[in-house]
Amino acid sequence: MSIESAPAGRPDAVHEVDADFLALPLREVAAAALEAARAGGAEHADVRVHRIRSAVLELRDARVVTSSDTDEVGLAVRVLREGVWGFAAHVDLTPGTAAATARRALDVAATLAPVARETITLAAEPVHADATWVSPYDLDPFAVDPGERIALLTDRSAALLAAPGVDHVEAVCLQVKEQTFYADLAGTVTTQQRVRVDPGISITAVDRDGGGFESLRSIAPPVGRGWEYLTGTGWDWDAELAELPVLLAEKLAAPSVTAGPTDLVIDPTNLWLVIHESIGHATEYDRAIGYEAAYAGTSFATPDQLGTLRYGSDVLRVTGDRTVPHGLASVAYDDDGVSTAETGPFDLIRDGVLVGYQVDRSFAPRLGLERSNGCAYADSAGHVPLQRMANVSLSPDPHADTSTAELISRVEDGIYVVGDRSWSIDMQRYNFQFTGQRFYRISGGELAGQVRDVAYQATTTDFWGAMEAVGGPSTWRLGGAFTCGKAQPGQVAPVSHGCPSALFRGIDVLNTASEAGR
Amino acid sequence: MTTVTTSPAALVERILEIARRVRPDAGAAVLVRETSEAVLRWANSTMTTNGTTTDRTVGIVLLVPLSAGGTGAGVVRLSAPERLIGAADDHAGADATLEAAVREAVVAAERAGPARDAAELPAPTGPADTDFVAAAGETSAGVFTGLAAALADSFGSDHSAGFADHHVTTTWLGTTAGVRRRWVSPGGAVEVNLKDPATGSSVWGGRSSRDFADVDLPGLLGDLRSRLAWGRRRVALDAGHHETILPPSAVSDFMIYLAWSMGGRPAQEGRSALSRAGGTRVGEQLTTLPLTLAGDPDAPGFPGLTYEPVLATTSSGDEVSVFDNGAVTRRTEWLRDGRVGELAYPRAAAAEFAADGARFAPPSENLLLTGGSDASLEDMVASTRRGLLLTCLWYMREVDPETMLLTGLTRDGVYLVEDGEVTAEVNNFRFNESPLDLVRRATEAGATSRTLPREWKDWFTLAAMPPLRIPDFNMSSVSQAS
Repeated sequence: MSIESAPAGRPDAVHEVDADFLALPLREVAAAALEAARAGGAEHADVRVHRIRSAVLELRDARVVTSSDTDEVGLAVRVLREGVWGFAAHVDLTPGTAAATARRALDVAATLAPVARETITLAAEPVHADATWVSPYDLDPFAVDPGERIALLTDRSAALLAAPGVDHVEAVCLQVKEQTFYADLAGTVTTQQRVRVDPGISITAVDRDGGGFESLRSIAPPVGRGWEYLTGTGWDWDAELAELPVLLAEKLAAPSVTAGPTDLVIDPTNLWLVIHESIGHATEYDRAIGYEAAYAGTSFATPDQLGTLRYGSDVLRVTGDRTVPHGLASVAYDDDGVSTAETGPFDLIRDGVLVGYQVDRSFAPRLGLERSNGCAYADSAGHVPLQRMANVSLSPDPHADTSTAELISRVEDGIYVVGDRSWSIDMQRYNFQFTGQRFYRISGGELAGQVRDVAYQATTTDFWGAMEAVGGPSTWRLGGAFTCGKAQPGQVAPVSHGCPSALFRGIDVLNTASEAGR
Repeated sequence: MTTVTTSPAALVERILEIARRVRPDAGAAVLVRETSEAVLRWANSTMTTNGTTTDRTVGIVLLVPLSAGGTGAGVVRLSAPERLIGAADDHAGADATLEAAVREAVVAAERAGPARDAAELPAPTGPADTDFVAAAGETSAGVFTGLAAALADSFGSDHSAGFADHHVTTTWLGTTAGVRRRWVSPGGAVEVNLKDPATGSSVWGGRSSRDFADVDLPGLLGDLRSRLAWGRRRVALDAGHHETILPPSAVSDFMIYLAWSMGGRPAQEGRSALSRAGGTRVGEQLTTLPLTLAGDPDAPGFPGLTYEPVLATTSSGDEVSVFDNGAVTRRTEWLRDGRVGELAYPRAAAAEFAADGARFAPPSENLLLTGGSDASLEDMVASTRRGLLLTCLWYMREVDPETMLLTGLTRDGVYLVEDGEVTAEVNNFRFNESPLDLVRRATEAGATSRTLPREWKDWFTLAAMPPLRIPDFNMSSVSQAS
């Protein structure tokens, strides 16, 4: 098996925002809404014309199950009037509707003012007049003929289906192009376009006589790239898919794991999700002060512990960053109109200690910060911007380029975890449980074949406190999720997490077959 | 045929007309959905992010015969602003947009190749709905007038967070087979989380509602304050297998996952927990309790849980097919008298597996678990010598698809029951349990009542469940969350 890196990408092409988005009456709509908001007494107002173009392609056993394209666009108006938010959205992009939508947002703010027990103040931010940004990608996935897209997935599915021991193949590709026009009363106007893709392929072996089955999924992460990602830029699909049936056969023959405290070397393809759940969400300031209490939950990492909370071992350094190339949360301007290049990467945990939070313009002043760190995002025109997650990443060892194999060599008896699968964490981000795609027994510092039925459980600070070492820069990979959920009404956000391989001591491993009473 | 010029219904007709012109041999289904929504959100006893939205989309499904044989399916969805609906003399530009979308769907269908779920579009079972040309239903923040007043009173004394949403979705469905249906689905829910900073206790409750006229927020708040009082005594318990009473909300979250996992094809192909060696688990007795888990458009006994028995979809999968648009749905019994009752099949899959007794059975929009006793939750607490009473569940994810093993956490109130009374609040737990195994091991089911799922509420709100007693619920570890 390979534990080395995927090939680096080639230089990205330079694109412009699509003409059909620019042809929408963006400025007319914005002017009408902002004028109505100003006339209605708003101290702040912003208008967003938000377009999401998405496509879903799903094949089962080399036949198309779903092939659909969606193109949704609308306008959103957010006002702050006497310190109270109001929001309204509409599907119609006309100046008249925009003005009426702004008045509806003002009505919401006025109606709720008597019930609001606190007033909102926004952090001051520089004005960015007429800024434009397009994410780096080579090939717009929506410019690729559906036949070509289907053929690629069909060919790969058919090849896997022909492999010994493979009974079923499922191939999926999600692709999104997101275009946002933002304008506010202060004068910031931004136009942005970004693309992202989330391909995956899984294979299943069925034991018809015994009644069981087992599956294995590719570990390629979703990324902020175009169609080129599916043909080899940024991921070696041919190598991974060629290996998949062999790995599934090994998994089927693997012994069941022995439960108990175990040393783990966790690959970035699995560790990114632990970072997402136990650090990314836990360091969202709105959560930490109770604004998600009824739904997504709060955080054990409360602001009174800022600067003192021992989050993990000394090698734990975590940053937030909305500029990392091909990151799913990377943009040039957030949905508060804040420049992410100006905020830059920011520390959340340094030397194992909590030192920062993710904030937007409304929460920054509550934390005593003069500036936002650029974490506002709304997933569509129909939803209000919230504080959402930056690309939250674990730094590699700055002193030595320790390889994954070297980390494994330090373990006498343990498990090497690859790929993400099942995940769950409590509403204060203490107790979590994860599984993976593959687990390898480590014996005497070397890999000794797969084991199965593995899950690991821990409490967040215990887990990160048990991190003895991180791998070097050459082990660092970007993982991520297309649809991180938060808020009510529910919103989804794409986000990436970079991390190196890492070594943990004495983590509780469960046998999932035993947990199921078998 | 209904003749209209300016309405979502007219949009349906125009797109069908374009589809007939562009590809006369193809079947087509057009689905327009308009949703009007108002939301209230609060935290730390103050309003936070609130608003109103109006959204309208059109889904265009083209079912195209292929020269190599078979039929391909292509789907295009797009926003449907007034510009597309507009006045009759302003249709040229809009029609160009619509024709482009239809052609895109045709290309997608041609490229997709022959669909395994292909079938003739269902014929209409009656004339066009008389209100087919009517406008969309609407809601506004005004629906929350009573709720907001009660909240304002509560904010002075409660540490409160919560969310209320009300939406009215109007659906128009037309197909080249002649189906013309329009229906309005109002829905919504309120949920409240109260905390006691002094004890660290947290409680949750919620109600689904069509119009909020039946929501008694003061009553709900009163119940929650009573539960907060249970937290004045706190006991630490270890993980392990505990006798546990699952209230209806917790039961609903397990049963929803079970219902979502009833796909017939995966079970037939051996890749589901509903598979067994050589076949499926249909007919297998899970429990001697006469439990029936059903989806039923008529929701007998629960008038607030009814739904329109028409299938309308823009995506295909193991349980549902775009070829079935316009089909009349029916009561489906996933569990019947303690046995696995039936599995979910689109019409084509039902025909493929007909020899195994498969019938057309799409997923349902409600879920009713019946067959328990008349015992209320309070009665079941009263008959418990020592056990746990849960409030709700959170962050449930599948650990092992072979057994449908789920992990997740208890949330907002776990209570110790001793000698028939709640005597203390205990810590939260992480659990590992399978809904199938819970049905197998349940020793008592109480009276079925309407409930609001906590974990799956974003996707599923129409549920009626009994409390269940599980003699050995697997609490895998302790969570420090409170």
